[in-house]
Amino acid sequence: MAINYDDRIPNNVNLSGDKRLQRALETWQPAFLDWWQDVGPEGFQKDDVYLRTAISTAPGGWAHFGHVKMPDYRWGIFLEDAVPDRRIPGGDHAGEPVWQEVPGEYRNTLRRIIVTQADTEPASVEQQRWLGKTAPSMYDMRNLFQVNVEEGRHLWAMVYLLHAYFGKDGRDEADDLLARRSGDADKPRILDAFNQPCPDWLTFFCFTMFTDRDGKYQLGALAESGFDPLARTCGFMLTEEAHHLSVGELGVERVLRRSAQLTKLDPNGDARAQGGIDLPTVQKWISYWFSYSLDLFGSELSSNAADFFGAGLKGRWNEAKDFTEHRALDQYYRLPVVKNGSVVEDEVPLRNAMNEVLRQSYIADCQRVVKRWNAALEQEGTDFRVSLPSSRFFRRQGIYAGHDFNREGDLIGSEAWQRQQDEWLPSAADRAYVASLMHAVTEPGQMAHWIAPPRKGINGQDVAFEYVRHA
Amino acid sequence: MAETSFPPVAFDTHPSRYVHWGLQIDGAVATLTMRVQEDRGMWPGYELKLNSYDLSVDIELADAVQRLRFEHPEVRVVVVTGGYDKIFCAGANIKMLATASHAFKVNFCKFTNETRTYIEDALTSSGQTWIAALNGTASGGGYELAEACEQIYLIDDGNSAVSLPEVPLLGVLPGTGGLTRLTDKRKVRRDIADVFCTRAEGFKARDAVKYRFVDGSFSRSRWADGIKARSAATAAATTARPTDARTIPLPSVSPQVEGDTWTYQYVSVRVDRTTRVASLDVRGPTEPPVPSAEADAGCWSLRCFRELDDALLRLRFNELDVGLLLVRAKGDPALVLAHDAALDVPGWFSSEVRAFQARVLRRLDNMAKTLFAIVEPGNCFAGSLAEILFAADRSYMLADDAEENAIVLSPASTGRFPMHNGQTRLQARFPGDDDARQIAEAAASRSKAIDAGTADDMGLVTFAPDAIDWDDEVRIAIEERCSLSPDALTGMEQNLRFGGAETMDNKIFGRLTAWQNWIFQRPNAVGERGALKMFGAPERAIFDYRRT
Repeated sequence: MAINYDDRIPNNVNLSGDKRLQRALETWQPAFLDWWQDVGPEGFQKDDVYLRTAISTAPGGWAHFGHVKMPDYRWGIFLEDAVPDRRIPGGDHAGEPVWQEVPGEYRNTLRRIIVTQADTEPASVEQQRWLGKTAPSMYDMRNLFQVNVEEGRHLWAMVYLLHAYFGKDGRDEADDLLARRSGDADKPRILDAFNQPCPDWLTFFCFTMFTDRDGKYQLGALAESGFDPLARTCGFMLTEEAHHLSVGELGVERVLRRSAQLTKLDPNGDARAQGGIDLPTVQKWISYWFSYSLDLFGSELSSNAADFFGAGLKGRWNEAKDFTEHRALDQYYRLPVVKNGSVVEDEVPLRNAMNEVLRQSYIADCQRVVKRWNAALEQEGTDFRVSLPSSRFFRRQGIYAGHDFNREGDLIGSEAWQRQQDEWLPSAADRAYVASLMHAVTEPGQMAHWIAPPRKGINGQDVAFEYVRHA
Repeated sequence: MAETSFPPVAFDTHPSRYVHWGLQIDGAVATLTMRVQEDRGMWPGYELKLNSYDLSVDIELADAVQRLRFEHPEVRVVVVTGGYDKIFCAGANIKMLATASHAFKVNFCKFTNETRTYIEDALTSSGQTWIAALNGTASGGGYELAEACEQIYLIDDGNSAVSLPEVPLLGVLPGTGGLTRLTDKRKVRRDIADVFCTRAEGFKARDAVKYRFVDGSFSRSRWADGIKARSAATAAATTARPTDARTIPLPSVSPQVEGDTWTYQYVSVRVDRTTRVASLDVRGPTEPPVPSAEADAGCWSLRCFRELDDALLRLRFNELDVGLLLVRAKGDPALVLAHDAALDVPGWFSSEVRAFQARVLRRLDNMAKTLFAIVEPGNCFAGSLAEILFAADRSYMLADDAEENAIVLSPASTGRFPMHNGQTRLQARFPGDDDARQIAEAAASRSKAIDAGTADDMGLVTFAPDAIDWDDEVRIAIEERCSLSPDALTGMEQNLRFGGAETMDNKIFGRLTAWQNWIFQRPNAVGERGALKMFGAPERAIFDYRRT
């Protein structure tokens, strides 16, 4: 049976002329749809959702809006347009022409990198599958589904690379991406943060703000890869990722605004008494997800990181644009390490610290958002300010894992940690309280009590626009 | 990095002092849990991350392997597993290897190899089955440890894998038996083994089972039950272990050290640093044996060989300069034979002691030092101790006028102590001379004393000088030996000691080890930009691609 691939799957990779890709997708695409039905957004598959679809890489081509049922969403495959004579941005091969095919010696490593990144995309869809039932507004519900379908498209993008460049191993890995399940005891997703439950919308906003932002930096590092198809794929994904980040950033900001308003409204300054979330609780969520997301960058000292950089498989954030020296040899990085019970600075080879270099770019980005959040709090007339904890706080991966630090990054010992962790991180009671607020608000334009409305709607539509038409 | 010298290594430990392993006994099943303490390696300069091991970790494992045979005779199954989530064991610590001296690396690998053959010996000699329960990724030496076990199970969690990444990541070999056991024990097809050994990430459960790298897999939720069921079924199918045996605790055998002399109860070592020669004296028993049913670890047969074992290890690791061991056995040959005979009775303890003696004698065969046996009047090269004579590269027996200087062969020499190549030392001694071997075996069956002239005629000793020539002959032989290239001697001795057919063990200690030790010296591994040196460093390896 002839299938019009270009029609069903928008792409700029010549799908209709590529027998190998077609053969791979013939079995994978139905499996993907089964997966989507099975663990995608629960209860909304028949609804018409006002979604943005990418149909080309031309300016504006990435953003075509219209109501569509999610299973009919046209997941496409896009690479950023090729840059003529692009050179490998960093590492030992810096300055050499980029690779259009996978170099044999890096094949397994590249596949591992791609699979690890790809695994996060379906994982977050699985984590968020129940959230539609408690959406604080129709606007937010639509944003959730937009994030979900785009994570689905990111999975497609990564699967395209596996199918197109990694032969049978790549096809097997692509199948496995649909076989693992977030939080499953037997087939968990690869990274820990993607096995955590996402039970409430504050978690969703924090997750999209912090955890998806890790994705941004990982994609950014891969956009500096010497393997050109990977670089171009990630370049295009970054555009979409920016939307997710703004869903997270603005979502948290709306909660903060509302919390500040309710605090002021209450005679005792107690936002909870007013049916909202108090500011210290929001701060706990921020601390938790910021710290959890820092783990995703890998260990501060890593031979893998050095290898990936040296081989030209990953670069630093904006490697080609922001750096003039691209080999990063004979340079050192000053890293605080724990030695004999205290934190001291150590000099480590720069290449081995590449995870930390990327993490610091990420932290700076997060700080910019925190600044905007605090500006919003100031606007709301409160003195409360949110902040990010030290990057040593509450870590489970890397050189700080296994030590107890306070929010300022001072070593405190496990007894003090046990005593104080509920002041810094969501306690069981906090989680139960936030969960108790999660009730669906389904009228267009209406908002849950604990969150402020957005300042504007999607694609020039009104906030009260019917973003989701229930079947 | 410069090679560093470290304090002498001691091998004495006890489960109550284990840092890196936990040993739990539950009826017929023992569980040995590897939980390496990162910051408690043997020496400073590296951290034992990801359950990687150094000598201190393997000394504890070796201790557990021996103790499980004597102190826990009821144990039929030993389950080896990891104490951390997602990782079973990442193998030998690379930073430790990269900074260690060549001699240390070689000795470390030999010791770990011996321990793994002891794990296999537990089954062949005692019917104690080892099961590897890989609760996370087992890479390099971690998977090699699993290969030494009889059954391997890998958790199927979508992440955990078995792998031998030495070639692609480190530019060296999986030298702890890894390559040899793939083909010879697990019967993996050689082309699949080729793929496996060049693929750093190895195989996860599905492919690992398919290609026989592991025997089975369980999902996380079924893991504990699955391992329990397999170990229980294996224990139930085992009949070789006793059910009502008493425990034989193994006390410490550390020597008294005074200057360059180490003294044990039955063994002593004197190191002469000027000549680089060590005298190794083994003393026979002074009392008749007690019946096997009443014997304990103090009995000569066990005590003496445990001391010999300890002395050999210390000589290997701590006395690198010593190139020649002059081995003497002193005492009453009749008492040695009596103690050997006491082990002839059926029963788990006598059988364990015999197997232990066999292991120590194989350790002796593996010494990278010349062995000269010196046979003088008053010697007790008889029965089990006659094996030391046949393990030696050369033997000098004084042909005394009174013809009192004699050795005694016993049936012990005709099968009780197989070498790594599966042969008796008499078989290895007479590779092309069946008549000579049969005459020696006939003499062994009669356990009669053989004087120097006869021993010489029978080919049982190398030289039998008379009293006039003796001092000069022995002195000149020693001086000549000490002048030769130590490398060439080690290679020569190891080749000549193991004539005839090969076994898996023999290939591990011979072929695999020899290639590994060659690679360990090559710039592609240990040069300034060699792969082993570069692992974890910011730069990547640069190879000289010319094949040798």
